[in-house]
Amino acid sequence: MNTILESIGRTFLRLFEQTGLWFDALWRTIAWMFRRPYDFNEWFRQMVRVGVDSIPVVFLTTMFTGMVLALQTHQGFARVHAEQFVASVVALAMLRELSPVLVGLMVAGRVGSSMAAEIGTMRVTEQLDALKALATEPIQYLFVPRVIAGVVMLPFLCILGDALGIYGGYMVSVKLLRANPVVYKQNTFQFLQLADVWSGLIKAGVFGLILTLTGCVRGYYTTGGAEGVGRSTTYAVVSASLIILLTDFFLTKLLF
Amino acid sequence: MAYIELRNLYKSFDSRAVLCDMSIDVARGESLVIVGGSGTGKSVTLKHIIGLLKPDRGQVLIDGHDLTSMTEVELNNFRRRFGMAFQEGALFDSMSVFENIAFPLRRHTKMSEKEIRARVEECLEDVHLHGVEKKRPSELSGGMRRRVGFARAISLSPEILLFDEPTTGLDPVISDVIAELIEEMDLKLGVTTVTITHDMKVAFKIADRVAMLYKGQIIEEGTPEEFQQSTNPIVQQFIEGRAQGPLTDNE
Repeated sequence: MNTILESIGRTFLRLFEQTGLWFDALWRTIAWMFRRPYDFNEWFRQMVRVGVDSIPVVFLTTMFTGMVLALQTHQGFARVHAEQFVASVVALAMLRELSPVLVGLMVAGRVGSSMAAEIGTMRVTEQLDALKALATEPIQYLFVPRVIAGVVMLPFLCILGDALGIYGGYMVSVKLLRANPVVYKQNTFQFLQLADVWSGLIKAGVFGLILTLTGCVRGYYTTGGAEGVGRSTTYAVVSASLIILLTDFFLTKLLF
Repeated sequence: MAYIELRNLYKSFDSRAVLCDMSIDVARGESLVIVGGSGTGKSVTLKHIIGLLKPDRGQVLIDGHDLTSMTEVELNNFRRRFGMAFQEGALFDSMSVFENIAFPLRRHTKMSEKEIRARVEECLEDVHLHGVEKKRPSELSGGMRRRVGFARAISLSPEILLFDEPTTGLDPVISDVIAELIEEMDLKLGVTTVTITHDMKVAFKIADRVAMLYKGQIIEEGTPEEFQQSTNPIVQQFIEGRAQGPLTDNE
């Protein structure tokens, strides 16, 4: 009985510790963001890495999600003769929910993990200590450009995802399900509000912060050689994905 | 007045005490070598000197400035006065040798590209390396990696040089070459150096003063000659590298 209680206690302590480390890193990242020297080259390099290099993944996931969404909703709505709402549902779902979350999860898997592996390897080979010894704060040199890249680029990827998802839904509806293209287009935009777009973009920015910072923090606190790096990489993806999904609910509740 | 002063340092990790009321001074321009077995807190001591670790109790004074009471930003700026050579070099593996040595120059000076190139060449000259600028750290041998690490450490002309196990894992000949190089750099640059090692040959070669760390405390210190003549059985066992003696009795 005692051992069970102990392990529950340890799990909670670990959880609180990790949360504390995360917010501490967030605070320090913000503090170091506004100090010289500014590494604009590095900021740009990370933006390419997070944004441009993620385009193929975002392309496939959001496009096919838009397509399958059109197929599924059409199936359901056809039963109550409400096929004309397919367009609105696809557009709303993509803009408000699916595009930001899918982009967040995919980029967490692609970029968050590689950041954890990269910084984790630097930790176990003393390169982080070497940075400090060269009067370069790792938070400033490594965290700041990555977090900025995440916060800036995720909304752009989200816009791309919005467009592709809606286009995918349109293609399936018009080409496969014989919907009227003019009516479909009209229905897509008819019920949309600007807030639908904005809320999705804000979410994407927040997810960008979560996935990059989680990757950096997991890497930074890596212990135990190559195995430790592997562990950090896995943790980075799993915890970033979980935090994204949890935050998504609260953000949605908050934004509306 | 001592240039580097460690005063009554205590440090534990997960309730395991590593440093226990540890104190030592280093004079300006002196070369101090700290020896000791594995796990006696040598690396931890070195990391305290440059502020990579904060002691649980005690003070670290460098030229009269207390590192333990500095903020993150102050400490970061203060570290420009240090150069540290890491055990395996700790070179940035995403950069070439040239980029590694140029890194601190680019970040902390307003040197032009031409001046940086000249300075990097000069530093490589100091460690007797030629034609490796374009190579990646992974293409270098262990001895060369360390030398590049030395070159990077001296690029900002530091006042204090720290060497973390500079010869561990190298063959005896290369070890001696590295030891000679440290001695040479010490003389040429006129810096204060602190080296940690368990290689007694290296220690006697480069030290003005040798100190031995055991169970988190300095148990003996003196010039190489004094150190060799120490009557402390622990020190004698360590110098001679014997399996039997007080060092191994209680393990």
